[in-house]
Amino acid sequence: MTSLSIPDAHTIPDAQVASYQAANLSFDAVSFYHQGKTLFGPCSFTLTGAGPTLVMGPNGAGKSLLLRLAHGLLSPTQGRVSWSPARPRQAMVFQQPVLLRRSAISNLTHALAVNKTPRKARKPLAEAALARFGLIACTDTPARVLSGGEQQRLALARAWVLEPEVLFLDEPTSALDPAAIKAVEAAVHAFQRQGTRIVMTTHDVHQAKRLASDVLFVAGGHVREHTPADMFFTAPASKEAQAFLAGELIE
Amino acid sequence: MPQETNVFFVALSLLLSGDAALMSIVALSLKVSLIAVLASAMLGFPLGAAVALWRFPGRGAVVVALNALMGLPPVVAGLCVYLLLSRAGPLGEWGLLFTPTAMVIAQVVLVLPILAALSRQKVEELLGEYREQFVSLGMSRLRMMPTLLWDARFALLTVLLAGFGRASAEVGAVMMVGGNIDGVTRVMTTAIVLETSKGNLPLALGLGIVLLTLVMLINAAAYVIGEMARRRMG
Amino acid sequence: MKITLPLALAGIMTTGWAIQAHAEGYITLASTTSTENSGLFDTILPLFEQATDIEVRVVAVGTGQAFEIARRGDADSLLVHDTAGEKAFVENGYATERADVMVNDFVLIGPASDPAGIADAQSAAEAFADIAEAELPFASRGDDSGTHRAELRLWENADVTPEGDWYRELGSGMGPALNTAAAMDAYVMSDRATWVAFENPQNLTLLFEGDDVLFNQYGSLLLSEARHPHLKHDLAKQWHQWLLSEDGQQAIANFEVGGQQLFFPNAQ
Repeated sequence: MTSLSIPDAHTIPDAQVASYQAANLSFDAVSFYHQGKTLFGPCSFTLTGAGPTLVMGPNGAGKSLLLRLAHGLLSPTQGRVSWSPARPRQAMVFQQPVLLRRSAISNLTHALAVNKTPRKARKPLAEAALARFGLIACTDTPARVLSGGEQQRLALARAWVLEPEVLFLDEPTSALDPAAIKAVEAAVHAFQRQGTRIVMTTHDVHQAKRLASDVLFVAGGHVREHTPADMFFTAPASKEAQAFLAGELIE
Repeated sequence: MPQETNVFFVALSLLLSGDAALMSIVALSLKVSLIAVLASAMLGFPLGAAVALWRFPGRGAVVVALNALMGLPPVVAGLCVYLLLSRAGPLGEWGLLFTPTAMVIAQVVLVLPILAALSRQKVEELLGEYREQFVSLGMSRLRMMPTLLWDARFALLTVLLAGFGRASAEVGAVMMVGGNIDGVTRVMTTAIVLETSKGNLPLALGLGIVLLTLVMLINAAAYVIGEMARRRMG
Repeated sequence: MKITLPLALAGIMTTGWAIQAHAEGYITLASTTSTENSGLFDTILPLFEQATDIEVRVVAVGTGQAFEIARRGDADSLLVHDTAGEKAFVENGYATERADVMVNDFVLIGPASDPAGIADAQSAAEAFADIAEAELPFASRGDDSGTHRAELRLWENADVTPEGDWYRELGSGMGPALNTAAAMDAYVMSDRATWVAFENPQNLTLLFEGDDVLFNQYGSLLLSEARHPHLKHDLAKQWHQWLLSEDGQQAIANFEVGGQQLFFPNAQ
């Protein structure tokens, strides 16, 4: 399918390259209840380093909750989510891309407008992002009639124009065909190269092996381990992760 | 029943005659109702979106009130506006009673709750879908409002038509505050009432068919535009 | 669309109410449905407008509502047919002057078969008593209009208290009352003007007319300047005087429907 161009050095703002190391995310005894039931936590961890961090675990383990708590879409019932030294610019790409009922390019200029980008700069930035993600032919196509893979790439392009220091991706490929998955993974690499800190959930072990620098393993609403990728895939510390990697069904 | 077969002939010859008095009645009907609907939209859509977006004490009561007011009897709306605009009323100074402006105001009272209540519903549905993306983008509620209203535009077009239907069909309110003055505040519906009271039933029904035809044409046009755009936007 | 909507609105607003702006000055006249529905105003108003360049905007309602409109200061002039009510209106200070303008008369309408036999009655009182005695459907306006008030006086005159299943108070104007009476084959009292101009008689026909008590006097009132200083008293006065003038009286006399004169000028 469409190949992704690799960002050129001159398109990457210097400040952004420098900033990514600074954004450390800490969960401090965070738990989340809904209607009297504990759905997540309590758990504590800190994300440092360049990533990408892959959040893994079986379905219903609390991966999406963790991501939403980290991004601030949900507030913890107890505990604290904090960034040091300061909250970075963030974006999130969802499993089902949420696209406005407008043309592809309007989805990007809308995000730029929200981001208070000067009016004149919006269109060129949006067009550049569409080109980067192989969507230039779809510029004026209504976003809702794009294919699933194109929609997800448009969601990535929208995140791209926001120049996030941290990008959260929640199972971005689970509904896609292999070609589209490849394009999304290439995009993740592109973000990573640009200096964006990646935090992504997946239940696909092979995908995690391709992308991860470190792995947060979640099961039963708890973080079971946080280990570098090579260690996780060869010698997982927790018995839940061992079972998961062995292909067993765990709760 | 010879009269009934005459009716369509009467309606047709009314339409084809291009009679100046009829045309001015039709023009006034359209003008009053369109302005009332547009003014209601400018107030009602943001109001509906605001109720959808913000949580505040008494919000439930506001939602119930808007829904209930959709069924406000036109004659009650007319009476309230009449008492408001009458010389003896609080806004009597403006001298608006028995003018087309008074009719617009009365229709706004009728249409505004419909537009606000239905747009509240549509915007809330859309917000359910968009909320996480909006929060992720760091949008304030105020910033969400125009985005939601624009993205709900096809649904809101239908809402607009419902409002226009209510405005153009009602007679009680415009009769009371307009006075059905020949050449000044006589619209299709009040003309129909007048002809009925004269016992001129074929002419009354003929006017009714003219009104229905106009409303159908407007609805058809809006439907075609909406469908084309909807198909294009997916 | 966000920009075009207000623009379109502004456009419609500014093309404006061209319809209402064709005469220099205008007055709002509160009057009764009988004068409007018969077509009298269509005939005489153009003559007045030609003579004075004053437009008359008629709000045609029941006499009770016409009084109310004038009382609240929402009309510049008043032309109604309830002499007792008009005199009270002057006494209460809402109007400064009342003058007879014209008369028409009430007629009794009913099914052509005339089951109560009122066609042979010697007086209106007898006709009303016949209907009450036979307990045949009678459609009453029931809307506090001049016609309704006159009808109640006629029942009193006939020594009858109208009540029971046969006496149906409609709460509607003259035209709707005639439509309803036609639909239920009821007796009904109408002013002659509305009846002659009425186009949906079905089975109804004129059964009784001519008694002096059926005499229906129209009066024009000059509203109180002290009470409602904002009204167009100068223009209203011109209208009032024109109605009473030779030109106005002649115009009323010339109005005919189907070759029949409906209003008889009687200004003093």
